[in-house]
Amino acid sequence: MVETTTLDRTKPASAGNALLSVRDLQAWYGESHILHGMDFEVRTGEVVTLLGRNGAGKTTTLKSVMGIIGKRTGAITFDGHDISRASSDKIARRGIAFCPEERGIFASLDVRENLMLPPQVRPGGLSLEQIFELFPNLRERLKSQGTKLSGGEQQMLAIARILRTGARFLMLDEPTEGLAPVIIQQIGRTIARLKTEGFTILLVEQNFRFAATVADRYYVVEHGKIIDGFANSELEANMDKLHTYLGV
Amino acid sequence: MSINIQALLAQLLVGLINGSFYALLSLGLAVIFGMLNIINFAHGALYMMGAFCAYFLLNLFGIGYWWALILAPLTVGLFGMLMERTLLQWLSGLDHLYGLLLTFGVALIIQGVFQNYFGSSGLPYAIPDELKGGVNLGFMFLPIYRGWVVAFSLVICLLTWYLIERTRLGANLRAATENPTLVRAFGINVPRMITLTYGLGVGLAALAGVLSAPINQVRPLMGADLIIVVFAVVVIGGMGSIMGSIITGFALGVIEGLTKYFYPEASNTVVFVLMVLVLLVKPSGLTGRAT
Amino acid sequence: MSTITQNSVPTPTTRRPMRDEMIAFALMTIVLAVVPFTGVYPFFVMQGLCFALLACAFNLLIGYGGLLSFGHAMFLGTAGYVSAHALKVWELPPELAIVAGTAAAFGLSVITGLIAIRRQGIYFAMITLALSQLLYFIYLQAPFTHGEDGIQGIPQGKMFGVIDLQNTTTLYFVVLAGFLLGFLIIYRAINSPFGEVLKAIRENEPRAISLGYKTDHYKLMAFILSGTLAGFAGALKVFVAQNASLTDVHWSMSGEIVLMTLVGGLGTVFGPVVGAFVIIAMQQYLAGFGQWVTVIQGVIFVACVLTFRRGIVGEIGHYFKRSL
Repeated sequence: MVETTTLDRTKPASAGNALLSVRDLQAWYGESHILHGMDFEVRTGEVVTLLGRNGAGKTTTLKSVMGIIGKRTGAITFDGHDISRASSDKIARRGIAFCPEERGIFASLDVRENLMLPPQVRPGGLSLEQIFELFPNLRERLKSQGTKLSGGEQQMLAIARILRTGARFLMLDEPTEGLAPVIIQQIGRTIARLKTEGFTILLVEQNFRFAATVADRYYVVEHGKIIDGFANSELEANMDKLHTYLGV
Repeated sequence: MSINIQALLAQLLVGLINGSFYALLSLGLAVIFGMLNIINFAHGALYMMGAFCAYFLLNLFGIGYWWALILAPLTVGLFGMLMERTLLQWLSGLDHLYGLLLTFGVALIIQGVFQNYFGSSGLPYAIPDELKGGVNLGFMFLPIYRGWVVAFSLVICLLTWYLIERTRLGANLRAATENPTLVRAFGINVPRMITLTYGLGVGLAALAGVLSAPINQVRPLMGADLIIVVFAVVVIGGMGSIMGSIITGFALGVIEGLTKYFYPEASNTVVFVLMVLVLLVKPSGLTGRAT
Repeated sequence: MSTITQNSVPTPTTRRPMRDEMIAFALMTIVLAVVPFTGVYPFFVMQGLCFALLACAFNLLIGYGGLLSFGHAMFLGTAGYVSAHALKVWELPPELAIVAGTAAAFGLSVITGLIAIRRQGIYFAMITLALSQLLYFIYLQAPFTHGEDGIQGIPQGKMFGVIDLQNTTTLYFVVLAGFLLGFLIIYRAINSPFGEVLKAIRENEPRAISLGYKTDHYKLMAFILSGTLAGFAGALKVFVAQNASLTDVHWSMSGEIVLMTLVGGLGTVFGPVVGAFVIIAMQQYLAGFGQWVTVIQGVIFVACVLTFRRGIVGEIGHYFKRSL
């Protein structure tokens, strides 16, 4: 599969199976203008990663798609529907699930309640048994208070609970941040498994070595705009550029 | 000091009854505060509306107490939800204090309107026939209605606790109290939940009003002084836990009752004095987290 | 989330605010000074002045300290009762009675301040309300207040032995002097380093703490100043009304103080003055309508919170881009 970059905005994007299409997305946090015109798309079955420095606007992009940012303009289309003005609950019900950077495990709920909280938005969500197959340690911790889990366990829980919903488009914000290598590997395996099952994933990751194990394409975000994009096959060739972008 | 057991137990019972109202009202306030971040100053007026609703149901429609126990909370609860949709929802981005001011204004409106039509004197509401009379327990004489009030309030409080702490709906409510944005991003209609939660809190207040009607008379200002005591109860208990609000409410009622027996002049003020003491020792309240 | 005063205080202006405020102050003083020579009923204006000072004192706490007190009636009432008692029973001369009342309010504000400052925001409001209610019940039962009857028939006497307070015009100017004194004290406090720290605390308390300020001390001082001046207003009011009663300590009085300041403009310098006169005038005008006054006050509360948060003076200031 040869991917074309979408750096040139005047070229129409390759037609057909763009599940999420974002055009000229601008977003503000209060007075701060964070996104200055994001243009990208995610096709069905792909894993796309947004790379960039801290503060580039990657998380803001995910939040804008999810509709939980203060003010946004631009065109966001999901599965053929315009979601640029929709409220976040309606967006979720279109079949998008969001796993935030801070994980968002509820302290006033136990693990089971955290897991069962997100409602089914599409048929075919994972059953509890399938979830425990992916994340065995959750089974023993069901009665624990949500925040008593370790960082890695909380990340598992955060991913597990959105898998129950039946949403086929997942947005994961820094799922490996602050986690031990063995847990990171487990998450990598989980994402790879989800990919084979046909999930579409938009990933934000600082750790591009991890991203390289699962991503199909990358976009580089800087100052609220996409400044570059390439396929996974082009990653090695772009390594120097990437180091410059990320200041690594 | 010789203690007149009968009199003491009688005061204790009164204390338990007051405690029931404190528990029901502070529970409603805590639930509303958790979800909406508003201290509902109108709570006392809505309690009063519950009592008046029972009065109207009986005197205008011939509908008796047992139906009133269901219909009054529903009606006043609906009124509360209407209030939330039309007035309170505009406050969501603002400083919490505006909520206090707005609901204070609503309380003045409701109480003023009722005062205009019904003056300040009390209207009677009869104890339902099934609950009339009393039982001689040997160590005291227990009026059935008063025993019923305490028992029923306790049941309602525990049911509310169960609803919030042990059910799926309650889990949604607790999660939305903690992080409404994320809960909404999962596809749950949080604004509707907020409205329903306000309705629930108001319904509890109205239910307390119906229970109160046969004991205290039905007066426009019956909730006004009560709500201030409930505020003190809430400050003492903190709003950190549902069970905490319930226990604090009943306990303070009992303490008030005991004070009435041993030192009657202080009975009006003992809850406030306790509030001062708690603030000096544990400012976040007995169950609250430190602010 | 906007703080309660960010909606009313206009953004910085190009005009030097001091000059505008001095002009407004001069205007206000002139208007008030000529009142006895117009046909306006002086008792109404005197009552207005007392409540204006009371509202200004309340506003110091909420507008500049960010603390909403729902119990300011306790200062009004306490000072009133003590002054009244001093005049009638101890037979003190007026100036000492005022000092006594104000001192009582000062003492009360220290005690209640130490208790209430422990919590913030909504809890602070509820605590001040509860404390005020506690005092209400104490006064209800205390013999010296005569309960529901209140202390009646208070002699006005001669201030400093020479100023005859029974003369309405003389009394008026004494009350006016008291009001202006209190107003200037508040103004001075707002525009002093103390006031600047207070504003910083209101805007961003964690930051003020990180800068090394003992914010609790500042808030307590603001509370004490506010309570003492409210008491001063209460002491003055005793001479105007010639009685001290339970209504002055009731929570509805605290609510009216909040309403006056809200209507006039929270956090503005002249707002409370305007608001006080508006509400007093409204009460006079609607006196025959019984409890509808309560309903109307409630409606004004709701309307102000929803659509008129800046208050009268705040809106005027916003329109002309001045800070008043």
